[in-house]
Amino acid sequence: MSTVETPAVDNGVNVEALLGAREALAAAPEAAQFRWRARCEWINGTHSRTTVQDFFGLGAEHTHRSAFTFEGDHPEIFASEDHGATPPETLLAALAGCLTAGIAAVATNRGVQLRSVTATVEADHDLRGILGADPDVRNGFSGVRVRYAIDADASRSDIEAIVAQSQKRSAVYDMLTNPVAVTVEVD
Amino acid sequence: MRTTAVVIGGGQAGLAMSWWLTRSCVDHVVLERGAVAQSWRAQRWNSLRLLTPNWMSRLPGHGYDGDDPEGYRRAGEVVAALDAYARSFAAPVRPHTTVLGVVRTGSGFQVNTDDGAWRCRTVVVATGTEGEPRVPAIATDLPGHLHQISALRYREPGQVTPGRVLVVGASASGVQIADELRRAGRQVTVAVGDHVRVPRTYRGRDIYRWMDELGILDERYDEVEDLARARRLPSLQLAGTPGRRSLDLAALSAAGVELTGRLVGVDRGRAQFSGSLANLIKSADLKQARLLERVDAHIDEHDLHDLVGPPDRPSSTPVPAVVTDLKLASFSAVVWATGNRPTYPWLDPALLDRRGAVRHDGGVVEVPGMYVLGLPFTRRRGSNLLAGVGSDARLLCAHILGQLRRPKEAA
Repeated sequence: MSTVETPAVDNGVNVEALLGAREALAAAPEAAQFRWRARCEWINGTHSRTTVQDFFGLGAEHTHRSAFTFEGDHPEIFASEDHGATPPETLLAALAGCLTAGIAAVATNRGVQLRSVTATVEADHDLRGILGADPDVRNGFSGVRVRYAIDADASRSDIEAIVAQSQKRSAVYDMLTNPVAVTVEVD
Repeated sequence: MRTTAVVIGGGQAGLAMSWWLTRSCVDHVVLERGAVAQSWRAQRWNSLRLLTPNWMSRLPGHGYDGDDPEGYRRAGEVVAALDAYARSFAAPVRPHTTVLGVVRTGSGFQVNTDDGAWRCRTVVVATGTEGEPRVPAIATDLPGHLHQISALRYREPGQVTPGRVLVVGASASGVQIADELRRAGRQVTVAVGDHVRVPRTYRGRDIYRWMDELGILDERYDEVEDLARARRLPSLQLAGTPGRRSLDLAALSAAGVELTGRLVGVDRGRAQFSGSLANLIKSADLKQARLLERVDAHIDEHDLHDLVGPPDRPSSTPVPAVVTDLKLASFSAVVWATGNRPTYPWLDPALLDRRGAVRHDGGVVEVPGMYVLGLPFTRRRGSNLLAGVGSDARLLCAHILGQLRRPKEAA
């Protein structure tokens, strides 16, 4: 309990680098200030394309290895052309991706070898909100459920503890469960 | 005035240090802003009882000698006990003496007070953790009609403006105050943040008895995995009631208290609560289960089965229906049970970290000759308990003796 074991697990996560970053950034809060960016372009109808490429952090500009694009659209039952996921679905992808990355990192730090991790995310959404059909219904989800199926060298309670810890350290989980100040301006 | 050591604070930590200094024949004074055990006199609510059972109310040279070792003392009884303790070895307490500043001198320190200055070789800061309530910044966003009160200033339900109450925090103070307000007939909502759930008793014994037997309270600061986190850990979700009942979220729910997630914002007259309550509840249940598994393993290992009760594991906490925002107009008061933080307006700010806490290594401050005592996890997990402060005082007193033996220029 007193010493951190360094077990021979390989989940493809460089825990030493993460722990090193935590120590370094705790001592240098200004380097820990990151700024993420996305650029979105309207294509046609409800179809838009968002590109993510550059970001700021560690006191400097960075670029991803390549530009990543995300198509956003609505399905045909909304009389749209369905060129991509709806933006709320992209939010579910972000949540699952963030929690799952956290699970890999926490598991590795705790010496747990993962064999498979599968998340199923479901959200309840009353569309009367965004359609303006009922002022008492909110625009967003009324609830989000994530179910994990995890095969790993650990007890059920250890796996549950890893999943719980990944929620405690997840940026997207935090932003979905707590308010964030959002400003939108027109140039 | 001159002395060898100045101890700032006449609570359990300052007195424990004074006992060791007295025994080691080190000339010293204990400077106390009020009377001995001042925070126990002035900063506790009326019904409060210690979280630890009486047998843990021990200090250097003094064990519990009453007839109720499993009971829980009231604050007034703690005051009486500390008063008697100070008298028992004629602790050199200077009551009603407020420290104004501590400055370094060539050979040590000068401690300026509202009753003159003391020159000394060494200073022990034993002022505890109840400097001021740690109230989040959103308190200033709350509508003006709300009566806001911190757990440090709370005394009894009648003091809280009649009507519905929002209690922020679900550690020991939050659950106890919420329970008391509910019993007084109030409509109560508790905003639940990170909390540490433990049952009052397990298998017939107090949870502190098990933590003591398992050595958890003796875990050392230089061996714990994440010391900063261990020092920040909220108090156990416990109450020292004579009936030894557990006071967890399920008990509050059953009593009719409404539970929400952490209070995270105020927007247009509505309080916003985090949607992460389910995870906090799950985490607390998992951690409690891990502790109780260790108790079971200890019982197996030492073959204590005939001496203890059956494994009465508390059931997992039902997750309440999610409440993400509430209209504050329906509330009349907010109780901040969000913890306290020590304050050191009389210390050189260079000795403090970004959060205003004294930087120290197991109680040894960066300036040679200065020490802190009685803070959470100073040297051990039990450092801030009556039962735990004595061993820290002994070790730091030994460090002080070593320091005093050195030539002054090396100090």
